Formats: sequence, C-alpha cells, structure tokens
Amino acid sequence: MEQSLSVTMTVNGAQVTRSVPARQHLVDFLREELGLTGSHLGCEHGVCGACTIRVDGEIVRGCLMLAVQANGCRVDTIEGLSDSKELEKLQAAFHRRNALQCGFCTPGMLMAAQDLIRNGKKATREEIRAYISGNYCRCTGYQAIVDAIEEVIHG
Amino acid sequence: MGKAELPLHAPGTQLDKGYIGESVPRPNAQRLLQGRGAFTDDLRFPRLAHVAFFRSPYAHARIKKLDFAKALKQPGVIGIFDGRAVAEYCTPWVAVLAHLKGIKSPPQHAIAIDRACWQGEACAAVVAESRTQAEDAVQLIEAEWEELPVVVDMEEALDGKTVIHRDLGDNICFKRELDTGGVEEIFAKADVVVEDTFHFGRHTGVCVEGRAILADYNAAEHSLTVYHATQAPHMMQDIFSRHLNIPEGNVRVIAKDVGGSFGIKVHVYADEMATAALSVMLRRPVKFVADRLESFLSDIHAREHRAKVRLAVSKEGQILAFDLDDLTAIGPYSVYPRTSGIEGNQVVNLTGGPYKHQKYKARMHVVFTNTNLTCPYRAVGHPIAVALTEGIVDLAAQKLGMDPAEFRRKNLIADDAYPYTFPSGIKFEKLSHHKALDLLLKITNYPQLRAEQASLRKKKIYRGIGLAAMIEVTNPSPAFYGVGGARISAQDGATLRLEPTGMVTVMCSVTEQGQGTEGIFAQIAASAVGVSIEKVKVITGDTGVTPYGGGTWASRGAGIGGEAVLLAGRALRSNMLDVASKVLNLDKAELDIAGNAVISRLTQEKKLDLAELGRIAYFRPDTLPMDFQSELTVTRHYTPRQYGFTFTNGIQASLVEVDPDTGFVKLLKHWCVEDSGTLINPMLVDEQIRGGVVQGIGAALYEECLYGPDGQLLNGNMADYLVPMSGEMPDIVCAHIETPTLQSQLGAKGVGEAGTAGAPAAVMNAINDALAPLGARVTRMPFTPERILRALNKV
Repeated sequence: MEQSLSVTMTVNGAQVTRSVPARQHLVDFLREELGLTGSHLGCEHGVCGACTIRVDGEIVRGCLMLAVQANGCRVDTIEGLSDSKELEKLQAAFHRRNALQCGFCTPGMLMAAQDLIRNGKKATREEIRAYISGNYCRCTGYQAIVDAIEEVIHG
Repeated sequence: MGKAELPLHAPGTQLDKGYIGESVPRPNAQRLLQGRGAFTDDLRFPRLAHVAFFRSPYAHARIKKLDFAKALKQPGVIGIFDGRAVAEYCTPWVAVLAHLKGIKSPPQHAIAIDRACWQGEACAAVVAESRTQAEDAVQLIEAEWEELPVVVDMEEALDGKTVIHRDLGDNICFKRELDTGGVEEIFAKADVVVEDTFHFGRHTGVCVEGRAILADYNAAEHSLTVYHATQAPHMMQDIFSRHLNIPEGNVRVIAKDVGGSFGIKVHVYADEMATAALSVMLRRPVKFVADRLESFLSDIHAREHRAKVRLAVSKEGQILAFDLDDLTAIGPYSVYPRTSGIEGNQVVNLTGGPYKHQKYKARMHVVFTNTNLTCPYRAVGHPIAVALTEGIVDLAAQKLGMDPAEFRRKNLIADDAYPYTFPSGIKFEKLSHHKALDLLLKITNYPQLRAEQASLRKKKIYRGIGLAAMIEVTNPSPAFYGVGGARISAQDGATLRLEPTGMVTVMCSVTEQGQGTEGIFAQIAASAVGVSIEKVKVITGDTGVTPYGGGTWASRGAGIGGEAVLLAGRALRSNMLDVASKVLNLDKAELDIAGNAVISRLTQEKKLDLAELGRIAYFRPDTLPMDFQSELTVTRHYTPRQYGFTFTNGIQASLVEVDPDTGFVKLLKHWCVEDSGTLINPMLVDEQIRGGVVQGIGAALYEECLYGPDGQLLNGNMADYLVPMSGEMPDIVCAHIETPTLQSQLGAKGVGEAGTAGAPAAVMNAINDALAPLGARVTRMPFTPERILRALNKV
C-alpha cells in the first residue's frame, strides 16, 4: 500500500492540512484535493510550464514538486493571485491585446510573466522572450504575450 | 464591395456598421485569464471512474494472451476489458469516403482485437477509482506477443513486399492520378526544366491540453452525455449514437473549454470511443485524458510526405506545366470519418495553385505503415503543396537568374481573371495575388532587404529572404465530406434570443477552441441587432442547446457560423421592430434599432428602450393587439454552395540568417499578407495568423516524429520533440487585403490556417536563399542544424 503523510501548507492565504500520498505531485494535490483547477497539466515532465505555481515566492513546476515537499510552505496559484488582484494589470493587458487563445497555458504564462515583473528589472523584448521560453503556447505565436508583458513593464 | 459598404445595418439605413472590423477584446477570455475556465479535466462528477490503457509496446504484433489476474487485484480497480469485451458495446468503423474513389481501410475497433498495428494502440482498458490506480494496474497486465513484420518506410510500404492487412491485398490505402493532357510534350520542348524531391517530417499538433473525454451514461434513460474536448460536437453525437447503438436524441455532446485543437480534436479516436463504451458498460461516468506520452503515440500525426516535383518554364520565365509525384504514409488505418486520404488529395488539388499554367499532371499514393495514424491537421495538405510549389518555383527563378518576386509576378494568376478554374479542377471566386505581392514587397521594403543581404554577404553573413505565395481552402461546401457519405455537416446554424432585459443570447453550432469565435459572434450579433456588445452572451459547444452544425474545422467558423449569426441577427431585429411598431403605434419602416433602443429612423430620436420592449413582449403581451404574437427567438442557417471551397490567398516572407559553422537558423522577421475577405476582428485575425505561422515554423525547423526501423517512436515526449518557444520566434508582421466573398452577406472567408500553410515554404526558401552562395540546398524538413551542415558538406 502506498504511504500517506500529513501535510500542512498555506494555499492562497488559507491554511490547509491533508493526508497525501507520498508520490502525489503538488499540482495534482491542488487540482484533485483542493479543486484548484486553474493550474493545468500539459506534460507532467516539467517542459510545458502550464502548471507553473508559486511556492514561497518562487515559481516552480507543479508537476516536478511533490505535495509533501510543500509542507510548511506558502503556495500561490492563479486563483489566489487573481483574487488578490496582484495579476490585475497583467490580466488586463493580456485581455486587451488578445495574448491568449485557448487559455490552457495562460495561468502558467501569467505566473512566469509576473515573476519577471516582480523582479523589477525593465526587461527588454528579448529578455521577456527568454524569460517565458519555458512556457509553451501553441496558439498565439507568442507575440501578443510579449507585447502585453512589455506594456506592463514599461507602462 | 468593400467592408464599409457591407449592409451590416437594417436595409435602407446608413447607421453605424457596428463592431465589424473592430479589434474588440474577447469577452470569454476573462475566465481563462483567472484560471476559472472549465476544461474537460476540470469537471468533477460523483462516482467518476478513470480509464488508463494498456498500449502495445510493439509496432506490429499478434496478441497471443492477455492476463488480467494480477492487475484485477489492485486497489481501486473496477474492471479490465479487452477488445472483444468492448466490441460488444461499440461497433467498429471503416474510414472511407465515396468521392475518394478506391480508398480502402480495414475495420478498426475501439480496443485492438488479436493484433496491434502500431506502437501505442490500445489493447486493454483498465478502469479504476483514480487515474493513478488505473495506471498502477496497467503495469501488472501480463501479455504474450508474437512480433509480426513491420513496415515503417513509405517506399517499402509502396513496394508491398510485406503487406500489413493481407485482406486488402497491398499497402495502398488510396491513390489518385490527374492529367490535363499535353504535359509530357511541354516538358520535352521546354527551355528550362527543374526538378527536385522534397521530404516532410511527420509531425503532430501538440495541443497543450491533451485529448479529454468524460462520458456519463444514464442507464435509466439509456442516454449518454459526453463532455468532450472536440471541435465537432454534432459529428460526435452522430458517431456515439451509431456505434454505441443509442438513439441520437439520447446522446448529448458538450464541448466546454478546449485547450487547443488545430485539427487534432476533430477525429474519432479509438481510446475515446472505448471510454464512451466503458461508461455504458459500467453504467457510471468514465473519464480519459491522454497524458503527454500517449498523446505523442496516439494523437493523429500528419504531413509525412515525399514529393517529387518538376516544373517546365520558358526562357522568358513563364511557368508552363507542373508534374507531381507524391507519396504519404498514414499508419495502419485510415482515420474515421474524414479518412486519411484527404491530406494527399489536397496536395494534388493545391500544388501550383497560385499560378496561371494550364498543364498539370499528378500522381499520389497514400500507404499504410505500422506507425501512428495520420489525418488532417491544421492547413491539411497546404504546407506540403505550398512548400513544393514555392520550392520548385524558386529553383526555376534561380536557374533563370530572375528575382523570385519578379518571377512570381510574371506567373501569378491576374487579379482580374476571376472566376477562374485551376487545372486540378478547383474553382476560385476572387483572389488578389498581385495586390498581395505588391503589399508584401512594400511592407518588407524588399529592395532594401536585398541590398542589405548583398552587403552582408561580403562580410560572410548569410541572410536569406524566402517568399511563399499560397491559396487556402476555407468555408467548405458539402463537396468536402458530405458528398462522400460522411455525416459531417457543411451547414451551421445560429439561434438569437432577445431576453426581457434587452440582452441578446446567441447559440451557435460553431465551437470555440480559442480562435475567438464567441467573440466575433458577439460582434456580429451586436451589429446586426443594434445593441452594444456587452449586451450579447454567446453559447457554443452543446448539441442539447445549439442548432445543428459542423463545428470548427477547415477555416469555416467565421465565414459559415458568422453568416448564420448575421442572418439570425437581421431577422431578430426585424421581429423586434414589429413589436416596437405595435407598442409605439408607428409604421415599422419609420423605426430602427441602435444603441440598445428603438429609434426613429429619420431623426435618430430614441423611442423605446429594448428593456421596455422586452418587458412588454414577455410580461404584458396582453397590451398588444390580439392578432399579434411577438417572435423574439429566431434561428437561421447557412451553407456555402456556389463554390466547393471559398478560396483565400496570401503571401508570406521570411528573413533568416544561417550560420554556416553551426547550421543554426536565426529567424529575424516574418511577414504575412492575407486576403481573408471581410475582417471581423483584425486583432484576432492577426494573432490567428501569427500562431499559424509559428506552427509552420515548427514544421520547417524543429518538429518531427522520429520512428526507428522497428516502428518505435524515438522522441515521443516534450523534451525530445521540439516545438517553437518564444525565445526563437521572430516578430511577425501581418497585413491584409479585403476581398469579401460575394456568396454571403458578411463576406468573410476563413483565416485560421493561412499562417501554417505558407510558413514552412517561406522559411525553406529563405534558408536556401541564404545557402545559395555556398552552393548548398536543403529540401528535407525539418531543417535541423545537422541537415544544414550535411548540405554544406561539413559533417
């Protein structure tokens, strides 16, 4: 039988305690246990970036981290950062410029983009392209995404 | 007729043309931006069971024995089923079409019976309480196999020394020959003949959301509700109904948010049919979501072609004749219901398409192999046809010492030559090749690009400029599938309902996978009715709610669904004015609707709020005349019929720099000029084109499903199968010509596939332009650094 462990973490500001299988990935825990389905599974091997979330202030791939590794951590997802309005400007710019089509990659893309914005550097277009180059988007061709991030960074 | 003259207002008025042509943001994007979308895998159901498939590790093998004993003892396992068990509930299918004469394919079952024909074919299904438990149990299925001879290479398949399906006699699924006559005579006498062979790597769609289906059978009603990441809900309703033997009216297919499709999610997949059957068998909801590894093994592949093409040209640079010999490999089954013959068929239809030669000969073979199945993927056949047309055209220009732009100008069909029938039989209503070329040369500043290229070459910097003119199939009529017997709707419908508060609800059979269909339908409906866009709510993707229709494929959503919305909107407006006429006791002809109110046509004075109109019509109809009944829900349909397809045209340019020491290609810039008729939302159109261009760049530079000689997929994961990422992509400049189709009132043609159709050719020609002074040339996509270095004789 598989081993379960008790974990406690703060997810989008609220403390949760659950017994989780040792092998369960953090993104599966968020989706299946907590019903936070905004973080998506695109590859489950750390390439596509659709499951990008924030753990203790750093963005991580939710499919490469186990839920038990997040014990005691603060976890922020697209739902939390939307409700707190932290992503408001970025979401508005994405909306205005149609920087999404199907929207499946979008939560992860926003998490990556916000990470760049938070570090405060006035990133160039090339630097923006490089920063989000770990996030697949199969629909847009990336240009509108780069435009939207650039708009938020440079005003 | 230009877009400003389009009658997007009530007849006889010159009120605002509304939102047509405006870059309005999509209302439905908000939920996706906040992680509040509802993709199929996000849905939660009581008693939901999960299926995982035991897939063949061999490309071709007899299943001698499957032992489920150990697997059945695993925690959470509900049941394990082989092909025979599932076949009792789901009948097999044969994917052929009557208008593809001679096409053949064996019956395909939801789960393989006795024999697996490609690596990854599902051979058993494990249903458990969680996907994890189902996957655990799959590992414990014990199978005995007898390996069978494998056919991977398409030339070997054509030779037929090993036949995959003995009953069919050979490995040829479909072949087509076309000959206008007189081609050989022209080649014999032509001043210049150029010939080359182009290879296209098999690739796949890589939707970031894997295929997903949740089937929920209700035994009490003998009804099936299927939540399905699909482009064609009504087509799937028909298929579930017929193959699971459930009355059509008892089957409801709902496409919630779909995470990319690109043609991948418009086909019948055996594992998805099995999932629906399992829900019936187990009388509970069952979900299947393809993980990334099984996506690579089982999402349709496409575009594996070897095409030899010859061109006869006069010394003045006039193209005289095309000669094509195409070969394509499709895996062991033709895919249901579109068939796997369509892609090759389109290559024959479209090759040479932009040019005015009258002589054309083509031969095309579609062969079975023991590799994953192939079927139409975004821009079906176009990237092949455009690349080999534009590749050989550039070679001819080079041989004649002519500039590629000038050579095209000499040969493109004149803008005043329409309607026009191309030698393959396809008909063009109205294209604008010369206008498009002129605009492209202007926005690229072509002479300056050439001057820069020449000066950089002196510094041993190798830049290339590649052009690719194209034609594209959009707005298909029943000639595409219906005439061949496929139950695929070529018509679509829209229902518009005025709500009591003055809002308008639109229900349309065209679906949304991110293209923005719901956004443009809101624009069209708001414009046609005379309300502001925030008053419009659009519902798509539910066979229980919308009118019947084909869904989203072949660049048909805007042109066909949009026209249905426009017609329904005009009819609703007229019916609303009937009500207003009674309420106001004024002649209907004196009234119009604008800005969410009934107004006087003459003075523009506001007469009646639409909320007041709705209140009276719905809650106080007793105040209306006895002989009057309001009709504030209307449905209209549209089918394009005058032409088989409403062709569009465009031209792309790529600017690249090739490093001859490393073989790396740097994309510097890309341009696309496109004529897709009336532009409804330029912002959405541009981003559709850019996304398409980037998928085409993937084909040109990165993407290939690599198979070993034993039929094993060697790179079936995202780390090894490369797709374009933001860091490597250039900025892409879009520009437009607008030649509305006169078949509809909206005038819109399709645009979703244009970028993908032309980008591989443009990039290929740019690379070869860069390599030309080094005496090298590449014709095998994708153009990896290794292939470029080999062409340069450096490895």
